[in-house]
Amino acid sequence: MGIGEIILISLVKILLIISLLFLTVSYLTYFERKISAWVQNRIGPNRVGWKGLLQPFADVFKLMLKEDIVPEKADRIIHLLAPMIALFVAFSTFAVIPFGPEVHLFGYDIPLVVADVNMGVLFVLALTSLSVYGLTLAGWSSGSKYSLLGGIRSSAQMISYEISMGFSIGGVLLLSESLRPIAIVESQSGWMWNAIVQPIGFITFLVSAFAETNRLPFDLPEAEPELVGGFHTEYSSMKFAAFFLSEYANMIIASGLIVTLYLGGWQIPYIDLLGLPSGLVALLQVGAFIFKLVAILFFFLWVRWSLPRFRYDQLMNLGWKVMFPLSLINIIWVALLIMIFGL
Amino acid sequence: MEQKSVKRRKKDLSFLERIYIPEILKGLSLTFKNMIRPKFTIEYPEERFIPSAAYRGRPVLIEENNGDERCVACGLCSRVCPALAIEVQAAETEREQERYPEKFEINMLRCIFCGFCEEVCPEEAIVMSKDYDLTFSNREEAIYGKDKLLVPVNQLQDRIDFLRKYK
Repeated sequence: MGIGEIILISLVKILLIISLLFLTVSYLTYFERKISAWVQNRIGPNRVGWKGLLQPFADVFKLMLKEDIVPEKADRIIHLLAPMIALFVAFSTFAVIPFGPEVHLFGYDIPLVVADVNMGVLFVLALTSLSVYGLTLAGWSSGSKYSLLGGIRSSAQMISYEISMGFSIGGVLLLSESLRPIAIVESQSGWMWNAIVQPIGFITFLVSAFAETNRLPFDLPEAEPELVGGFHTEYSSMKFAAFFLSEYANMIIASGLIVTLYLGGWQIPYIDLLGLPSGLVALLQVGAFIFKLVAILFFFLWVRWSLPRFRYDQLMNLGWKVMFPLSLINIIWVALLIMIFGL
Repeated sequence: MEQKSVKRRKKDLSFLERIYIPEILKGLSLTFKNMIRPKFTIEYPEERFIPSAAYRGRPVLIEENNGDERCVACGLCSRVCPALAIEVQAAETEREQERYPEKFEINMLRCIFCGFCEEVCPEEAIVMSKDYDLTFSNREEAIYGKDKLLVPVNQLQDRIDFLRKYK
């Protein structure tokens, strides 16, 4: 494969991923509203298009037509930069998440991941840490007390939960002996899913993922009744939309990470025993990845409409006194498994 | 005999409750059950809510089957109306009941749907109907005259039955 072909294939994959991400994000907002309605025995948006399916586009148009207001006391440059950071981080993280096995197409072997880097997990951790900057700078540059409080909360929360997240990933890395996402997926062949082998790590990672994406029950940076809108109080128009999009894109990335690290990625257990043609298997496996991703996304929405918000001290208690020790216990558990069974 | 027991306060959680996860699963199962339950929403302009006989909608005058009004223009309704919404002007007729309202107007901007007029009426001539979405574009339109108020008696039968049973 020449350099031109590599660039072409990468570009096609990037375009595919970005457009799919945008589509998923917009329909995620639709399903967020639909599921909230169903939980409360309502119908939900049903006016724009068939069953309200064009609602996300109506929302985007509305936001684009809104006036872009910047407060007088805001730091204009940082105020503009913050939503860009949030959006950039949210969309670039997906580059390392594999959504299917290697496929043979037009005579090329194409791995179904944008960038097959050997330190992919580290890349994800680094970028999700960067996303704190988006929220904190947004809160700080707005020149409003509510925004500032939201920004401070978000930085405290995300940094605390980053630790338990990192340590839960430690267990996964011990088993896979690699930071490469594809290797991690392949190490979970059959039913050796990390969610089954190390349930404690799965739970700590899941909870940390909720905290990292600022979803209820950990949506303290936004906390509408306390902080008006949190870090994005002073944002309007497309800048607000950027935060909105990045929140939902972060959810998709968190789900993609959970699927990759704990639910066996694109693998379907024992599918090679059925003796299907390899093209069909690849297609089924991409389908399996999407199915798992959607299931986790549904779980995200479902939890949001079931649980109340944590109080700030409860959040910190849970992060430092419960999740952190639990993730350490998980590492010991995995180490014992390796020692005894030599996995 | 005095019973001795350690009182368990409501805020003391058991171990299972303190590790959250079973309680979270309980909450999740509850919301999931609600997700698949039938919806309460009525899609209003397309689908309309039909109230029961106990509903107090727009007050109307009863029109007998032969086309005459039942009202004898005694003026009690206009007297009892707390919002001063009703105006009645009586006149004589050749019919057996001798009196009829020459003019009967209810200002629907003033009406508070209390139902006092219906309660006080000795002839069962003014009753509350089931109409509930009244719209007008100016103040003149909001004053309903006899043309809008008279409703055939057979359309109001269930309200009359309700009044006879409970009033």
